[in-house]
Amino acid sequence: MAELSVKDIIKPENLVYEKTKLMTDKTLSYCPGCGHGTAHRLTMEVIEELGKENDTIGVAPVGCSVLAYEFMNVDMQEAAHGRAPALATAIKRLWPGKVVFTYQGDGDLAAIGTAETIHACNRGENIVMIFVNNGIYGMTGGQMAPTTMIGMKTSTSPYGRDAALNGHPLKITELIAQLPGTTYVTRQAVHTPAAARKAKRALKKAFEQQINGVPGTTFIEIVSNCNSGWKMTPNDANNWMEENMFPFYPLGDIKVDGKLIESK
Amino acid sequence: MGELKLMKGNEALAEAAIRAGADGYFGYPITPQSEVIEYLMAEKPYERTGMVVLQAESEVASINMLYGGGGTGKKVMTSSSSPGISLMQEGISYLAGAEIPCVVANVVRGGPGLGDIQPAQSDYFQSVKGGGHGDYRLPTLAPSSVQEMSDFVPIAFDLAFKYRTPVLIVSDGLIGQMMEKVELFDQMPRLTDEEVFEKYPWATNGKPKGGERRIITSLDLDPHKLEKHNHKLQAKYKEITDNEVRYELIDADDAEYLFVAYGSSARIAQKSLKLAREKGIKVGLLRIITLWPFASEIINEFTEKGIKGFLSVEMSAGQMVEDIKLAVNGRTKVEHFGRLGGVIHSPEEVVEALEQKIIGG
Amino acid sequence: MTEEIIIAGFGGQGVLSMGKILAYSGIMQDQEVSWMPSYGPEMRGGTANVTVIVSDERISSPTLTFYDTAIILNQQSMDKFEETVKPGGVLLYDPNGISKHPSRTDITIYKIEGAKIAADMGNTKIFNMVVLGAYLKVKPIVKLENVIKGLKKSLPERYHKLIPLNEDAITMGMKNVIN
Repeated sequence: MAELSVKDIIKPENLVYEKTKLMTDKTLSYCPGCGHGTAHRLTMEVIEELGKENDTIGVAPVGCSVLAYEFMNVDMQEAAHGRAPALATAIKRLWPGKVVFTYQGDGDLAAIGTAETIHACNRGENIVMIFVNNGIYGMTGGQMAPTTMIGMKTSTSPYGRDAALNGHPLKITELIAQLPGTTYVTRQAVHTPAAARKAKRALKKAFEQQINGVPGTTFIEIVSNCNSGWKMTPNDANNWMEENMFPFYPLGDIKVDGKLIESK
Repeated sequence: MGELKLMKGNEALAEAAIRAGADGYFGYPITPQSEVIEYLMAEKPYERTGMVVLQAESEVASINMLYGGGGTGKKVMTSSSSPGISLMQEGISYLAGAEIPCVVANVVRGGPGLGDIQPAQSDYFQSVKGGGHGDYRLPTLAPSSVQEMSDFVPIAFDLAFKYRTPVLIVSDGLIGQMMEKVELFDQMPRLTDEEVFEKYPWATNGKPKGGERRIITSLDLDPHKLEKHNHKLQAKYKEITDNEVRYELIDADDAEYLFVAYGSSARIAQKSLKLAREKGIKVGLLRIITLWPFASEIINEFTEKGIKGFLSVEMSAGQMVEDIKLAVNGRTKVEHFGRLGGVIHSPEEVVEALEQKIIGG
Repeated sequence: MTEEIIIAGFGGQGVLSMGKILAYSGIMQDQEVSWMPSYGPEMRGGTANVTVIVSDERISSPTLTFYDTAIILNQQSMDKFEETVKPGGVLLYDPNGISKHPSRTDITIYKIEGAKIAADMGNTKIFNMVVLGAYLKVKPIVKLENVIKGLKKSLPERYHKLIPLNEDAITMGMKNVIN
C-alpha cells in the first residue's frame, strides 16, 4: 500500500470547512481562546453569504479589536475610541444602499461611547451594531469595564468590583432595547459550536434586515471571555463565563421586529 | 452676476455649503453659529440637492460623522464655536492622521472655558499650531466678510480634496452674526456615488470588484512606519505652505507701517487705516487670509524693504503676533494690540496703539 | 457716500428689522451694506441695537464708536448713544418714554411720535416703519421705491399684503418728523 501524503487529502471532495475569503490571511492578534476571532469570522461569513462583499463598510473600534480592519476583508474604517456609531451614522446616511456595521467592545460601546451608542440607536440608524462584551479592558491590560461583574477582580478593581466604589455593571443591551429606534436586539455567545451557530443566525437576521430596508438599528451583543484578562485558562474562562456571566447577561433575543420579548 | 442677498455670515456659510455641492452637514447648535444648522434645516437641502443634514448629539459625534462620511469620499462639513471646536480636537487629529478631506468652520467666541458669546480671535493657536495631538497642520481660511463666508466654502472643499486634509474656516461672532450683501455663486453639482467611487480610490465606499479593500485609519503600531507616514504628511504640509498662502494688501504701496490683521480685526483695522491716514500717518494693512500657511514671505519682503514696524491687531492676548515675529526675526519692530474676552477694538484705539507702540515706542 | 447709523431701543420695537429693511433698500440701489446687531442674552426682552452702514464703497469696520445718525427709541439707548453722534450728525428719537431729552447743540435733533402715530393708524407693529419714514425724510439715502423693493425681498410672500400699510406708515413718518 502506498503511503498517504497530505497532498492526497487536500482535495475539493474532502473539504469540510473553508475559511471565508472575507477573512484575510493575516494571523489574528487575539489571545488563544478569545472569542473575537470567531465573532469576526461569523460576521464575514454572513457578509459573504449575503453577497455583499463589495457593498459593505465596517467600522472598527479602539480596544482589542482595534485591528479588526486587518482581518476583515471588506472596506473598513478605524474609529476613535467610542465613536464608531457616529462614523456609521454618516456612512449609512450618505450611502443608504450600502451595508454598514460597527464592531465594538464593552469599553468602547458602553463607557466612552455611550452617548454615540444610545443616540445612534435612538435615531434608529439603519446599521448593524456588534458588541463584544467580555467584562474587561483586554488591550490596555485588564482594567475594569462598565460591564465588569460585581466582585470581579481587574487591575483597576484589584479587590473585586464593589458597587459602592465602582458602580454597577451596565446592561447596555437591555437599555438599548428600550429605545424605539432599535428593531432587533439580541444577546449571543460564540464559545461553543452550538452557540456560534446561533450567533451566526442572529448576525444574518440583523444584516438581512438592513439589506431589506427594515427601518431601525439592529444590535447584537456577544458575551465573550478574556482568559488573559481574567487570568484563567481558556477552558476555565469559558466555564466561568457560563456560571457567572450568563445568569447576569442571559442569552437570547431581547427585542424582535421592534417588540420586546416578554420574559426579559 | 449671481443672486444678491442680505444674509448673516452664518447663513451665507450654510447656503454656500449647499451650493458647493456638499453631500453632508453634521452639527450641533452653539451660539454664535447656530444659524448654520437652523438655516440648513429650514432650507431642506435634501430636497434641493440631496445633501444630508443631521443634528448630532454632540460636537464629538459631529466631527466623527465627518470622519465616517469623509472617509467614504463624500464632501462633508460641520461648524461650531470655540468650546465645541475644542471638543472636536480629538476627531480633527484623527481626520488629519487618516488624511480625510472635510471642512470645519469655527465661529469663534470669547474664552477660555465657557467664556462668552461675543466675537473673539483667541482660537488662533488652536487653529494653526495643532489643536489636537500629533504633528499636523490644517489649512485655515479666515473670511472677513459675509461674502467670504460664502466664497471660502468651495475653496475650502477644493483644498480639502486636493490635499486630503481637514480644512478650517475660522471666523468669529461678528462675521457670523453680521448681515451684508452677498453675491451667491451658482449651484455646483454634487458628485454621483459612481463619480465618488471612481474619483477617490482611497475612499471606503465598498470594495471594488476584483480589487483590494480600502482602509481608513490613523493607527500604525510600527514606529518606523508611522514615522514614514508622518514624513509623508510633512511633505504635504510643505507643498501647502509653498502653494496656498493667501493675503490681501490694502494701501501698502507707500506704507511706512503695516497693520497685520485677519477676519473682523482686519475690517476694523481698515477703518483705523483711514483714520490714521487722515492724520497723515502712512499706514497700510496686510490682511491675512490663510492663517496657515502664514504669509511669512510677504512680511519678510516688507521687512527687507525697510518697513518701520508691524502692529498685529487681534481680538486675543497676542497669538498671530508670534508668527509675525518669526517672519521678521528681530529685524524691525513688531507689536501687538488686542482686546480680550469678546471685546471688539474701536477703530480709534487701534490708531492710538499704532501711535504709542510703533511710532512713538 | 457713506452713512453710518445706530438704531437702538427695546427688543420687540422692530429695531433689527428696521435696520434690515434699510440695508435691503441699499442693496436694491447697488450699494454696499452691513448690518451688525448686538446679540446674545441682552436681546431677550432687553435692549436691542443694530449698526447699519450704507455706502458706495467697500465697508470697513461694521462696528463703530461714532455715527452719522443715531435713531433712539428708549431712555437707556439715549443715555448710551447720544454721545456717539459725530459733531454735525443727526439724532432722531421718539419722545415716548423719554424722560431725559437730548441736549447736544453740535448735532441736529429730530423727533418723531412714532408710537403714537402707529397707534393712531391702528397697528403698533408698524411703529418702526413710521420711524424709518422720519429718518428717510431727514436723510434720503435710499429711494422710497427701493425701500418697497427691499420690503418685498425681505418679507415672506404671505406678508406682502401688508406692504401698502408699511408704505403708508413710512409716508406718515416722513410727514410728521419735527426738528
